[in-house]
Amino acid sequence: MNVKVIVRGKAQGSLLVAKNPINFLGGIDKKTGLVHDKKHDLFGKSIGNKIFAFPFGVGSSVGAYTLYSLKYNNCAPLAIICLKADLTTASGCAISNIPLVVVDKNDYDLLHENNQVTLDAIEGKIL
Amino acid sequence: MELTKEEEDALDGKQGETLALAYRTLVAIGEASNADKLIPIEWAHLSGVNYNTIGDAGKEFLSSISKDARFKVKTTVNPMGFDFDSVSQYKLDDKFIENQRSIKDSYEKMGAIPSYSCIPYEIFDIPKQGTHVSFAESNAAIYANSFSGLKTNKEGAFSALASALTGKSPYSDLRDDDVRKPNLTIRMKVEPRDELTYGMLGYFAGKVAGSSVAISGVSNLDRRSCKSLCAGMGTSGACGMFTFGEEEGEKIDFDKNEMQKIHDELNTSEKGDLITLGSPQLGIEEISDLTLMLKGRSFQKRCMIFCPSAIKGQIRDLGYANEIERAGGELLFDCCTCLSPLVDNKEVDSVVTNSVKGAYYLKTSNKVDVNLKSLKRIVEEETK
Repeated sequence: MNVKVIVRGKAQGSLLVAKNPINFLGGIDKKTGLVHDKKHDLFGKSIGNKIFAFPFGVGSSVGAYTLYSLKYNNCAPLAIICLKADLTTASGCAISNIPLVVVDKNDYDLLHENNQVTLDAIEGKIL
Repeated sequence: MELTKEEEDALDGKQGETLALAYRTLVAIGEASNADKLIPIEWAHLSGVNYNTIGDAGKEFLSSISKDARFKVKTTVNPMGFDFDSVSQYKLDDKFIENQRSIKDSYEKMGAIPSYSCIPYEIFDIPKQGTHVSFAESNAAIYANSFSGLKTNKEGAFSALASALTGKSPYSDLRDDDVRKPNLTIRMKVEPRDELTYGMLGYFAGKVAGSSVAISGVSNLDRRSCKSLCAGMGTSGACGMFTFGEEEGEKIDFDKNEMQKIHDELNTSEKGDLITLGSPQLGIEEISDLTLMLKGRSFQKRCMIFCPSAIKGQIRDLGYANEIERAGGELLFDCCTCLSPLVDNKEVDSVVTNSVKGAYYLKTSNKVDVNLKSLKRIVEEETK
């Protein structure tokens, strides 16, 4: 599928797909990468070393620093796929050098947990 | 986005990792906001200075990039959490002071002017009309667009920082003259008026407007009301500028009812244990006004007054500082009401202020109640 590139890079790995938006400041443990928001559909799962798809980010822009901490603690996602690029996720991926792409709703619905994918966020493709 | 060869090289890391990071940030924000290119800016004003806003991760990030990064354009910075000159008089834990010092050192090492002020438009010379700048502080971005003849988006901490490091910004939103033209007019219908009514007008406008809004029925605003209007607008939404007068398109009235709703939202107490003045910080004109209003009177409770240190010498030389301190006011520099660690909810339950922006952050961050009233009423009711 074709994607819009927000932060360039390449990644290969298995998918983790969220139904709910992500609040990086309140919802993710920055030391472990575990989703610790009890109301989130991925509660208890780790976003570390996955290609992480979620609709968009919500909450404080300081959440960008959570992505930076995750990278520093070796538990950041390999790449991120969103439906809409909010400024917190875009800034967080940029400062942490995590590839970020945007896909449309039809393509997002084709993403399933544990699928192996290759993301080329230079050419703008997911294989 | 179309990048020049030089920008592509920097993005690819040919000028080091920190510049690559800065260009990645500008391109990411540009792609997310449908910009087609980067343009030069002359001045960056950064938020994310108070340790209470960026925490340990922010502190570590700034410490790391400041090892080799240097700002390319004039760069000024927002207030910190406290005033280093008077911090020993407040009960603040050493850890906070140490962390704040690290953030201060990182910004200054990269070449920031140590302004620690949210009113850069009032203490620095303004570049010529139409100049592009990158202001992250919301009240300053709105003031720059609406009163100073400058062009900026309502930048975030990261976009302004990346602008400071590169001297560039994505060409999108309010940098485009077509977007600057408002398609919604708010008709000011409230009488009588003071800085508090203008603050609530701004807060209302921020909630209903897009990038730009027109305001009709308003003229001859004094500095206090201008700042209050900008700060209120910056607090409640994404709107980054306003013009005066009626425009074509939709019109909405700001009347007594609408104002009452906002007052009910922000005013949660009929009294306060402490008074704070200054969000945005008070400049020389407001300090002069306050001194006149306080003639022969004294505060009946603690009153913290926040100013930029740029005016410190002047208000001492002119005798304003003496008069305010005689009246029991505490002058604090380099910091501000918003996210101040000096307002501790273990010690105070409620705070009196005339600032809509201050009220919002006192409630949401400091978790204290707020008694919101105009400066005139504060002087009448809280001094003798």
